[in-house]
Amino acid sequence: MLVKPWRALTAPLIDDNPVTLLILGICSALAVTTSLDTALVMTAAVTCVLAVSGASVSLIRNYLPRSIRIIVQITIIASLVIIVDLVLKAFAFEMSKRLSVFVGLIITNCIVLGRAESFAMRNGIVLSVLDGIGNGIGYGLILVTVGTIREFFGKGSLFGVQLLMPTSQGGAFEPLHLMLLPPSAFFIIGVIIWVIRSKKPKQVEQSEYRIRGNSGGGGNA
Amino acid sequence: MVDSARAKGDSAARALITAVAVAIVCALVVSYAAVTLRPYYIANLEAERGAQLESILDALSQVAGDIDPADVEARVVELDSGRYSRILDAATYDARKAATDPTLSTLIPPEFDLAGIKRRPDHAVVFMTRKRDGSIRELILPVHGVGYQSTLYAYLALAEDANTVLALRFYEQNDTPGIGARIQDPAWEALWPGKRVFDEVGELRTGVARGRVTGGSSDADYMVDGISGATRTSLGVHGLLRFWLGDFGFGPYLARVRQGEG
Repeated sequence: MLVKPWRALTAPLIDDNPVTLLILGICSALAVTTSLDTALVMTAAVTCVLAVSGASVSLIRNYLPRSIRIIVQITIIASLVIIVDLVLKAFAFEMSKRLSVFVGLIITNCIVLGRAESFAMRNGIVLSVLDGIGNGIGYGLILVTVGTIREFFGKGSLFGVQLLMPTSQGGAFEPLHLMLLPPSAFFIIGVIIWVIRSKKPKQVEQSEYRIRGNSGGGGNA
Repeated sequence: MVDSARAKGDSAARALITAVAVAIVCALVVSYAAVTLRPYYIANLEAERGAQLESILDALSQVAGDIDPADVEARVVELDSGRYSRILDAATYDARKAATDPTLSTLIPPEFDLAGIKRRPDHAVVFMTRKRDGSIRELILPVHGVGYQSTLYAYLALAEDANTVLALRFYEQNDTPGIGARIQDPAWEALWPGKRVFDEVGELRTGVARGRVTGGSSDADYMVDGISGATRTSLGVHGLLRFWLGDFGFGPYLARVRQGEG
């Protein structure tokens, strides 16, 4: 499998987007997107972990026995996530409190292990780093889109700057509280997936089963 | 199949060597990061505590005149007895950490757990300013409890009688913005000063009403209006006050303060 560097970086942005095509990393996409700044910091954290874990796994891929590959990948990813968590606690304390457990939960983000197992195990270091950065940004694009919509309609602000004055403070804007609850992220991600797949019909999966019509068994039509 | 795996060096020895090597490298890197970054983290924690206290001092200054932070004394109270701890130092004791440590906290019987916090640390840090004669002038108690979707943390400031509320200020909460989060609105905070905690016979009366406090009833001396639309947050504030001012909370300590043993 020959992958061009540019393709490794850009394919995960929309064509192979980990969130909308593979439906991975949804848990954190729900949790950290109530505001734009947490979405951006989470993106940066996941991108760093993806890039460095891609490089590390790619570096040792030829020495790594298949029988223990997953546990070794997880060890590397877990170490990186601990370091990212420590860095946030040291230099972005407020932010790390708001992200709470979701930084630690990057370990279980399927995008990270997925890229290590399916890409970094088979490709060189440079390509793996590019693939990691591309997937991080692809994940981030969705997070930032969802975060923008949720913060703007849920609080009337962006990056914490109040743009619309809510009615509780005498303004004319009635915040949409649904936007601050996790289900709203599901709806928004669903709409994004629908838009992308109607533009790029190749992403639409084949149905595993055909639904038969009600009248007389149909089926062959 | 087995042979081809062997040929790729998939032996037990090789797996062991790789595993040990990766474990050592990861352990070294993580330890190095932990040791070098720890001082920054500790500094952040201390700055945060300072900011929290500053917020309540700020609130106090509005009702009781300017307070010099240098005059504020911090003491560790043993909650069960209401006495000051002789062992623990307020500068190093971390009540939040203690609350999750089974050896430093007590499981609250569910029927008494009005604050919904399950465990209560055995000790708490209280702050006070003193008059010239050494008696307490203002008393600041940390309280917390579960709101609608987050834990609410506040400081409650009481006057020298250990009964009149000077201020209640929430410094950490994550309830719904615009609804439950209005417990941090200056307009709602302004309802608290002047309310009393206990009535003449020593019964705990303070709290948050469901809806408005009915005018004319004696409750108006003790309770404030609930926040409309934020029933759960209002109930949470009510519960946490009842818990922390009650027998499982600062009750024993407040009794001692009233007897002039603060």
